[in-house]
Amino acid sequence: MREIFDSTIERFFQDTVDTEQVLLAEKEGWNGTLWTSLDELGFTYAMVAEKAGGAGASWSDLCGVARLAGSYALPLPLCESIFVNYLLSKCNIAPLTGALSFAAKSELRLNGDKLNGILHDVPWGRYTQHIIAVVPNDDCNQLFVLSREQIKILEEAYNVAGEARDSFVVENISPVFCAALPAPISSNVLMLGGAMLRSAQMAGAMHKAMTITHEYASERVQFGRPIGSFQAIQHQLAQMAEHVSASVIAAEAGFSASSGTVDALGVSTAKICTSEAAGVGASIAHAVHGAIGFTHEHPLHLLTRRLWSWRSEFGSETYWAKHLGDAVCKHGADNFWPAVTAGHFDTV
Amino acid sequence: MSIENFKYSTIPAEAEALRAEVRAFLKQELSDFPNIKRADSWIGFDAGFSRKLGQRGWVGMSLPKRYGGSEASAFSRYVIIEELLAAGAPVSAHWFSDRQSGPQILKFGTDAQKNFHLPAICRGEQFFCIGMSEPNSGSDLASIKSRAIRQGNKWIVNGQKVWTTNAHLSHYMIALVRTSESEKRQQGLSQVIIDLSLPGITIRPIKDLTGRAHFNEVFFDNVEIDENAIIGTEGQGWSQVTAELAMERSGPERFLSSMILLNSLIDVIGNNPDALQAKEIGRLTAKLITLRNMSLSVTQELSEGKSPVWAASCVKAFGATFEQEIPELAQALCDLSPCSVGGSEHAQILAYLMQMAPSFSLRGGTREILRGIIARGLGAN
Repeated sequence: MREIFDSTIERFFQDTVDTEQVLLAEKEGWNGTLWTSLDELGFTYAMVAEKAGGAGASWSDLCGVARLAGSYALPLPLCESIFVNYLLSKCNIAPLTGALSFAAKSELRLNGDKLNGILHDVPWGRYTQHIIAVVPNDDCNQLFVLSREQIKILEEAYNVAGEARDSFVVENISPVFCAALPAPISSNVLMLGGAMLRSAQMAGAMHKAMTITHEYASERVQFGRPIGSFQAIQHQLAQMAEHVSASVIAAEAGFSASSGTVDALGVSTAKICTSEAAGVGASIAHAVHGAIGFTHEHPLHLLTRRLWSWRSEFGSETYWAKHLGDAVCKHGADNFWPAVTAGHFDTV
Repeated sequence: MSIENFKYSTIPAEAEALRAEVRAFLKQELSDFPNIKRADSWIGFDAGFSRKLGQRGWVGMSLPKRYGGSEASAFSRYVIIEELLAAGAPVSAHWFSDRQSGPQILKFGTDAQKNFHLPAICRGEQFFCIGMSEPNSGSDLASIKSRAIRQGNKWIVNGQKVWTTNAHLSHYMIALVRTSESEKRQQGLSQVIIDLSLPGITIRPIKDLTGRAHFNEVFFDNVEIDENAIIGTEGQGWSQVTAELAMERSGPERFLSSMILLNSLIDVIGNNPDALQAKEIGRLTAKLITLRNMSLSVTQELSEGKSPVWAASCVKAFGATFEQEIPELAQALCDLSPCSVGGSEHAQILAYLMQMAPSFSLRGGTREILRGIIARGLGAN
């Protein structure tokens, strides 16, 4: 399934998502035409069971799609929508159509059957049809589906790349659906899911930035030879390549480990490595490109401004590293290596 | 693009099944082995321990059964060696023969060479060292001057090797020598097996900055070796050595050298880390897991008979940075002075690895050489 997904989405991106379309999305806030044609491909149902009209895919089938979305700087909530329908199917809720998103950070209270509170930093929030949120509870974590029309915008915000990241007020709303999150899905599943998606998008964006940076270094001539033949440039390219390779592997490992639920160790590892790499990679890409890469005309910024945004979205490297470090220290040195090889902490 | 070479791969179940066995063995064998000795990682030498591993079938295990191996998969070997390294077992006696000399002899050697060397390697009784660097040929390996000249049915070897780890403790060296003159420096080089007990060989220890001597300079003064001592094709030494580097640069020894210090650091920090400690331990953990996955990806390629030199260079360059970061962070995260003598065990391990760390990005190819390979390989294939 992976190969069909990768080739289908890449062909679509190649034909449709060019610099002009990405810039148009940034200028207008939303590229509705692009979303409509993407939506027709049916990828938002990728993880929905076949009997419910989906493709029954796994996360490892979809890592390539998320990487490609990153490498084409796709200015649409494709990954978010796939993730929302994945969680809905886990909760036995029928999949939703249209653009979907989720609020990994929210302060919601349930009074009777009415929800009140705030949703923070919802990717593409105002342009979506439905937004999901999780309310932690000792007995059982609850997932709520809210219709975009039910909630009011608190703040229209944008990340560095001009992608909408909105906050909403929820006032006395009856959610469209609500369900208990089944075990072993944890209350931070939206943070983990977002981190997983962004890790692959960053790996893809960095890979593309690496490609164009290497091409530029091979073509740009100074002092009578391509700048890529200078050791100082070569070492920067190599350092970036090391980080990009690590990012690709870390993202793939995070997706692969996430079968029953989003895997905490795999995903936090991926987000830590890709977020750190994003800083190094964007910096080197710009250093090698020189002044031309700093212009609006050159498309490098479509990637680097996303890297600077995505590295902090759904938990920065520091956020996840602190969580992971706490877990490591809590389990102690004797359990450290066994956890690394087992891929989880709790068996030893 | 070369980054596509990195495909996520996992250890198959039958290889993973070995892990419990090797852990139990190490727990028993190393029960009294102090952490400061474990910190030696793969330069710790213990011939008896290597023989015990040989008896278990854990040396040369990927070699064919007819030569004493067990035809184990590359992943089975990976499980064994990463457990040995993570425990800080003294593996250096057989390390080079297991990692590269055995596979190199199997790939390029004559039947006689295979029959003579491989069974003894698998028993953990025959130790090899690697003769590459020379006084004026470090990173620029193709400029080596050591020479073997044919004389009747012998080769006469003259020259000098340097930084040869374990030369004083090994039985054989696989040396890269010049066997003919050629306009292109990479041509006319050959790999030869040299019995280190032969007359005309002088081995002198070189102390490292800690005062210990695990590497050497080795002098060849009209050393007569058999005409059949060449491995592979005369004049093809350069391409053989290049292929060998994929085996040499991608294994877990390229990121586990400071593992004992990392464990000890986690111990010293304890169960309630402060924010900075938690963050850095988390970062190191994520790096370790990812480096291991990168290394497993290269292992998959090697097991398919490919020679992933580019990806191996990435693992080694990225891995050395990680290994070197651990002593740096250990000093930054805890208010505790490193001690060569006295102090806590952690202070001694820290002192030792801090001093060893510079070698991590020198041995087996410097960071600068690796980064050149990585940059030039971008956009290839």
